[in-house]
Amino acid sequence: MKFFAFILLAMISALVSAAEPASSAISDTLEERVKPCIICHRDADLIDRDAYFPRIAGKPAGYLYNQLRNFRDGRRYYQPMAILLENMSDEYMREIADYFASLPYVYPQPVVPALSPAETKSVETLMYSGDPERDLPACSACHGEKLMGVQPAIPGLLGLPHAYLAAQFGGWRNGGIMRGQTPDCMSEIAKKLTQEEVNALVQWLPGLPVSGQLAGADALAPELAQRCRTILSGKEMAR
Amino acid sequence: MRNSSGAGLMSKWLIIVCVAGGLLSPMQTALAQALADSDAEQIQRGEYLARAGNCMGCHTTRGGEPYAGGRKLNTPFGQFVTPNITPDNETGIGRWNSEDFWQALHYGKSKDGRYLYPAFPYTEYTKVTRPDADAIFAYLRSLPPVVQANPPHKINSPYDNQALLFLWRTRYFNEGVYQPDKSKSDEWNRGNYLVQGLGHCNACHTPRNVWGGSRDDKMSGGKIMGTYWYAPSLVSPLEAGVSEWSIEDIAKLLSTGINGHAVTSGPMATIVRQSLQYLSDYDIRSMAVYLQSLGEKRDSTPRKARKMPEQVRQYIALGQEVYEKHCQDCHGKSGEGVPGIYPPLAGNRSVTMISPLNAIRSVLYGGYPPATAGNPRPYGMPPYQHFIRDPEIAQVVSYIRNAWGNYGSLVSPEDVDNSRGSEF
Ligand code: HEC
Ligand code: HEC
Ligand code: HEC
Ligand code: HEC
Ligand code: HEC
Repeated sequence: MKFFAFILLAMISALVSAAEPASSAISDTLEERVKPCIICHRDADLIDRDAYFPRIAGKPAGYLYNQLRNFRDGRRYYQPMAILLENMSDEYMREIADYFASLPYVYPQPVVPALSPAETKSVETLMYSGDPERDLPACSACHGEKLMGVQPAIPGLLGLPHAYLAAQFGGWRNGGIMRGQTPDCMSEIAKKLTQEEVNALVQWLPGLPVSGQLAGADALAPELAQRCRTILSGKEMAR
Repeated sequence: MRNSSGAGLMSKWLIIVCVAGGLLSPMQTALAQALADSDAEQIQRGEYLARAGNCMGCHTTRGGEPYAGGRKLNTPFGQFVTPNITPDNETGIGRWNSEDFWQALHYGKSKDGRYLYPAFPYTEYTKVTRPDADAIFAYLRSLPPVVQANPPHKINSPYDNQALLFLWRTRYFNEGVYQPDKSKSDEWNRGNYLVQGLGHCNACHTPRNVWGGSRDDKMSGGKIMGTYWYAPSLVSPLEAGVSEWSIEDIAKLLSTGINGHAVTSGPMATIVRQSLQYLSDYDIRSMAVYLQSLGEKRDSTPRKARKMPEQVRQYIALGQEVYEKHCQDCHGKSGEGVPGIYPPLAGNRSVTMISPLNAIRSVLYGGYPPATAGNPRPYGMPPYQHFIRDPEIAQVVSYIRNAWGNYGSLVSPEDVDNSRGSEF
């Protein structure tokens, strides 16, 4: 909580931007409609490297849509977004997801992680080979060879702030805060990792430069798609 | 003769049999059809009426199965958990008959004779007619049964006491179906029935005493128990009384969530999304006619021009700076807004009414008006809780309450802090 307050204070100065001259006509665009989102989900160059707010531009549309529904329907918790989304329809959220998915994204510069060679090695093994003994597929098997995500509902892992990554793993592992549907392949995987592995990978990931593209849906092996079927089916949940 | 008459009789008989036999089966099917039609019609009417009563809004958790209950309602008396009202035998109301249902909706008594808590607004639903109640019941019976046992209420002592609830009822509960006022139009009566009955507008818009009893039934406004919102008076011209609005403007606000003067937010936006947007034009119009007739007229004596002390002027000037930096883009240099998109703040009673709670909350938490058929892609307001400090929020709210001819009390940083909190 303290940490959060600190980030927010740090951002107050950054976000106080000069007002533009009032325009008489309001443009009938999504850009205008998502102004409330942009106050937090801004371009990378304005975001402090440690900021908690995740990037959403350029993420797979299905993934973004699932998250919006999760926040609205109480399957993922973040109060400010729950309030904003409370009275939105599925159709409108779908449009908003498509809009953010279509935006180009300016990525932050990588930050060199302070990891020992042994730690680095073990993260790399997790990322690209997994651990069959614990039934852990490689992260890259689901998140794409380049870790840039797979259409339509698996997000990329690069260009995310360290604090945000740490919080997501905290949410999945502690089970106290819900994140997404349960049972869900990602929470199941996060629970199998050790705390040391999590600490290392949330440092390691922001060290990679962002390059490459979102992979097509066929990049996902059928057994892995099966493992994530609740998420991938995009099941319409009743409101 | 006899023969012939016999033959005549016989043939008559035959004819009757033939005619009857020929007609019987189509008649039977027509009859069955008519019965089935009226069942289907009754269910359809029940579905509509359940919308008007927003039964689903309370009896469904966020993202949960419709009508399976489990939603938690926090009140000063404790936490209520809405029951499952799908027709499941064990966990829902599958074993209820229409008489049991009438007992609940009209008298506030459960099937087992227990008095129900008025967190279930039977204090308003008691006005609903028996045929309407039966239609709602028929609709609920037609739903797929959902097996879902919900946790019990957590009611604080001494409110968990049936004897006390009985006393409460004798004092605050007036049982009785709505009686039309013959001197008024059909529309007015229909509007009254919907507003005071199924619409349960009273549940929020009536001031409550510490016992949760309504102090009057005039919808004169009050802070909603257990939530963080002020539901304005639907009577006072200084709050949300609509005697000076056109019927079209009132209807537009209720059915789409926004009109040129005002916008619904928070719990009211939710009521529009879940309930009001589905009502027929006739019903919405009727509610507008009734609401318009309730409003008191504005006191026409002009307000004395005030002279602001220098200190106040300075405080408000600080608020103007915040406004120009953060708010002016959307709400306009003179608080004129963009009708139907960004609400005007000049002359907006949600801004100037005595309680600054909702205006402060809008700045802290932002929000989108409801997405409705009439306004499917609403524009939104950003939440500033993390971006503007309390003292500046106090300044900017004080500014908008006193700029452009507005007149309202000043707001302090403590007021801002006291307005925090949400059900999320
Ligand atoms: C007050 C700041 C704030 C505002 C305003 C805001 N968000 Fe967020 N958003 C966040 C934070 C913080 C998270 C991460 C929450 C978490 O899971 O802990 C998030 C997460 C998300 C995610 C999930 C990202 C991911 O990678 O999983 C999406 C999608 C999203 N927001 C979209 C939106 C949209 C669309 C709006 C506008 C309607 C919006 N947000 C408004 C702060 C904000
Ligand atoms: C079986 C497939 C699968 C595997 C293996 C997998 N993930 Fe995921 N991951 C997903 C899915 C699906 C999501 C989206 C979850 C959602 O919709 O909430 C996700 C989401 C994430 C997110 C959230 C990203 C964001 O923007 O919020 C992170 C971080 C993540 N995974 C990291 C990892 C890491 C690190 C590994 C390896 C240890 C890994 N994942 C292995 C399927 C997988
Ligand atoms: C403001 C929230 C709210 C609304 C709106 C609401 N209910 Fe309820 N309802 C409750 C609560 C809370 C209870 C539990 C009361 C108790 O246990 O004392 C309840 C109880 C009931 C019961 C009794 C169930 C039992 O097991 O005893 C029935 C039947 C019922 N509601 C039907 C309806 C119908 C029909 C509507 C719409 C016309 C409706 N409710 C609208 C909150 C609500
Ligand atoms: C769950 C509580 C709740 C219920 C039920 C409810 N309201 Fe409201 N209403 C509010 C709150 C809170 C506000 C103030 C927020 C706002 O301005 O939208 C409000 C505001 C209003 C406004 C003024 C809107 C504006 O900005 O000028 C009108 C008119 C109104 N309600 C009418 C109704 C009618 C008619 C009903 C019954 C069909 C009703 N309300 C039922 C909570 C409620
Ligand atoms: C991006 C455009 C935008 C900006 C910037 C903005 N608002 Fe708003 N404002 C809106 C919208 C849209 C609503 C309606 C929100 C709703 O229904 O929940 C609104 C509602 C309000 C309300 C409630 C009005 C009512 O009728 O209930 C107040 C008060 C308010 N804004 C004040 C401010 C202040 C003060 C600022 C600057 C700190 C500001 N707004 C900045 C768009 C904006």
